[in-house]
Amino acid sequence: MDFDPGSDYPLGTNRPDLVSTAGGTPLAELTLEALRAGRLSADDIRATPETLRRQAAVSEAAGRPQLAGNLTRAAELALVPVDVILELYTAMRPHRSSGPDLEAWADRLEAEWGARLTAALVREAAGIYARRGLLADARAPV
Amino acid sequence: MPERRSKRFLAREGRELRRELLVAPHPELGLVALNGPNDPAPGLEIEDGRIVSLDGKAEADFDVIDHFIALHGIDASVVEEATALADDEIARRLVDVDVPRAELVRLSRGLTPARLARVVGLLDPVEMMFALKKLRARRRPANQAHVTNLKENPALLAADAGEAAARGFAEMETTVGVSRYAPLNAIAILVGSQTGRPGVMTQCAIEERRSLQLAIQGLTTYAETLSVYGTEPVFVDGDDTPWSKALLASAYASRGIKVRFTSGGGSEALMGHAQGFSMLYLEARCLAAIRAAGSQGVQNGSISCVALELSVPAGTKAILAENLLAAWLDLEVASGNDAIASHSPTRRTAKLMGQFLPGTDFVTSGYSIMPRHDNMFGGGNYDADDLDEWLTLQRDWQVDAGIEPMVETEALAVRERAARAIQAVFSAFGFPEIGDAEVEAATYGYDSGDLPDRDRAEDVAAGDRVLAERISGLDVARALDQAGFTDVAEAVLGMQRQRVSADYLQTSAIIDRDGTVVSAVNGRNDYRGPTTGYRLEGERWRLLQRLPHELDPRLLGDEDEGATEPIVVEAGRASASGASDEVVVAVGPAFADAIRRTINGLPHDQVLAVLVEGIRAAGARPRLVRVRRVSDVAFIGHDGARLSGSGVAIGLQSKGTAVIHRADLEPLDNLELFGMSPLYTLESYRAIGRNAAGYALGARVGPVPTTLDNFARAKLIVRTTLLHARETAAVVPRASPVELRLVADPTRARLRQ
Repeated sequence: MDFDPGSDYPLGTNRPDLVSTAGGTPLAELTLEALRAGRLSADDIRATPETLRRQAAVSEAAGRPQLAGNLTRAAELALVPVDVILELYTAMRPHRSSGPDLEAWADRLEAEWGARLTAALVREAAGIYARRGLLADARAPV
Repeated sequence: MPERRSKRFLAREGRELRRELLVAPHPELGLVALNGPNDPAPGLEIEDGRIVSLDGKAEADFDVIDHFIALHGIDASVVEEATALADDEIARRLVDVDVPRAELVRLSRGLTPARLARVVGLLDPVEMMFALKKLRARRRPANQAHVTNLKENPALLAADAGEAAARGFAEMETTVGVSRYAPLNAIAILVGSQTGRPGVMTQCAIEERRSLQLAIQGLTTYAETLSVYGTEPVFVDGDDTPWSKALLASAYASRGIKVRFTSGGGSEALMGHAQGFSMLYLEARCLAAIRAAGSQGVQNGSISCVALELSVPAGTKAILAENLLAAWLDLEVASGNDAIASHSPTRRTAKLMGQFLPGTDFVTSGYSIMPRHDNMFGGGNYDADDLDEWLTLQRDWQVDAGIEPMVETEALAVRERAARAIQAVFSAFGFPEIGDAEVEAATYGYDSGDLPDRDRAEDVAAGDRVLAERISGLDVARALDQAGFTDVAEAVLGMQRQRVSADYLQTSAIIDRDGTVVSAVNGRNDYRGPTTGYRLEGERWRLLQRLPHELDPRLLGDEDEGATEPIVVEAGRASASGASDEVVVAVGPAFADAIRRTINGLPHDQVLAVLVEGIRAAGARPRLVRVRRVSDVAFIGHDGARLSGSGVAIGLQSKGTAVIHRADLEPLDNLELFGMSPLYTLESYRAIGRNAAGYALGARVGPVPTTLDNFARAKLIVRTTLLHARETAAVVPRASPVELRLVADPTRARLRQ
């Protein structure tokens, strides 16, 4: 059955058939029995990009476009290793990156993970940071 | 200041309230609550779909916040319609019960920060509360708890989390004194919360990298540490921009972690860069940026700066306006009331009502489940000692503010079980032992002072192991299962399932006991006026009104139930006597019968004995009668006086209220009235007897000295009502008075005292 963002929420209750872990374990199999049998792995316990995109669709259908955008970026970042994300976050902080640094980040996000929306956010930041003097080279060296 | 000080002014100056400074508005420093003189006039210009001017600022002059709002925070398709509406028209719609929430949220998308602040600034406090009730995102209000302690004791954290969860808190947050404790604290409240009620969401407020790591390991489920400020210098001093925060929000969501941002009036002034603007206008900028970043919600309402905002005129109102603005922008609101707002309980609670009565998604951003000095957030506006007050306020107003009553045995049971559960988890992981003495102290103790000291070096090393070995929520569930805490294991596993389905990323999400997520998608606020929306009624109302110390009025005053030994015997119809030295003691219909002692606990036989003694001591002759036709003390006394040879009588109600009456007075007049029955001792009644005799014999009588307790009514009005109801039930309409004789000899009665 197709996913209907207007009526299938909450997915965990209404459409568990559509939800699985990153490693492909269906939601219904995340049970104590499976845990006892050693069939569950911690790395596996997180939302898939697909689930996050469905949640984005739910937000969009509920009239929350910005939340939908956030969750779509989350779907993109779900595939990005957390250390890389934290590195990117640091690069996005004020006075950390040059314009080309941020451009390189955007390129990498697109090329390696197809993270178009996140890349667009980074490029947009680079432009505004340049205007507001928030790039790395805009601050006097300490 | 006058040379000679008024003692009343000095007394007021000594009150706790006066420790706090009030300051006149000083807009240049941002010390103005709302409608600041320098706040910009609202304005919005769009050219070719691009915002080129925002609130009087041209694009070339935009700071980062303006840019971010212009790019992500305004829906150009609504701008024309919204701009055409007058401020007061929009304000009217906010309080118009027939304009639905969705329509107002849609309109908000076309309004600038200055416009938003100006419109809510037109509302008075009651209008704001009404609008907030209508605009809250989730149908049912909830609450969040703080769970910390100074010793970072895991057993106490778990016990407190367990009790908080069982009391109905939907979320709870902990933090650390020493950051290396974070993993242990996160595990302690995860285990404790799931012991108390499955589905409670938890967080550990620490630096972002650690916070994210704990969540990835499945040890927490939400974060609310993403701070936003209303001016660029403060934002940048906080080492962030709206873009970096937006990225961080997506990063959390990518790991299935619920996020809400934090903002609040006064923070820009505190950090020295308010740029001359009012607190509310700057908060409107924060909120516009927060929605633009795609956050589902915000913790706001001045939060840690609350005391600063309260120092300026209309501070309480402006804080409520902040919460309202956030709700209007369709954000989940955790509405402050966590940091200590004032030394004065009156002032704290007056401020609270702005959120408590309308209901918000989380009425507090952290109710301190433990005593406030164990609160490591610097919070504790309401704490463990205030729980009965909070529950009573809910019961008084018939309002659900998210906390449930618990009887002591249940609280002890859940505390002990939570402490046992974390004990088992520590043992399974080979962490430093949690001893039985710790479990016991965590169960029964008052605060961390009652807990034994732990080896802190060993504990933080264990904390390091959680990160190094990637100990996960699954590992915690496994340890619980193996130790026999199967239901808690199932609940911890349930939280892992929630991270996979990610339903709680939607606006205002909380999780029911059965694992169903309720958010502003499937549980949106549908208030449309009286009889609609969330109302505290039915089973939930019965739960919240039944406080453990509530009494059954039918059982009150039954202390002498079953006592059959007669105190007095009736000896036929009482008639008027001729003796001029006689004082009649006229008692009420239930005296020494259905009721056997006064409200102060004095046995009726002893009261009669000392009255008789007092009368005799002053040289008069006592006669006892019972008035049966009426229960009012004035008429009992007056009926007695009409029987008395001297015309003087003492009227005495069963609860102990007395009057000295004279036959020639109007029934509601009297010689002396003794209405403070809870304060009277046997000596008081002896003195009443003496005085009555004095009146009868025509002596000069000084009134019996009485004391006054203005709280007696608050303490005893219920008992008074119940006792009076019994007295009235014993009334026999139109029945004649009867003579009474004391069964026991007065002196013997006194010996039993």
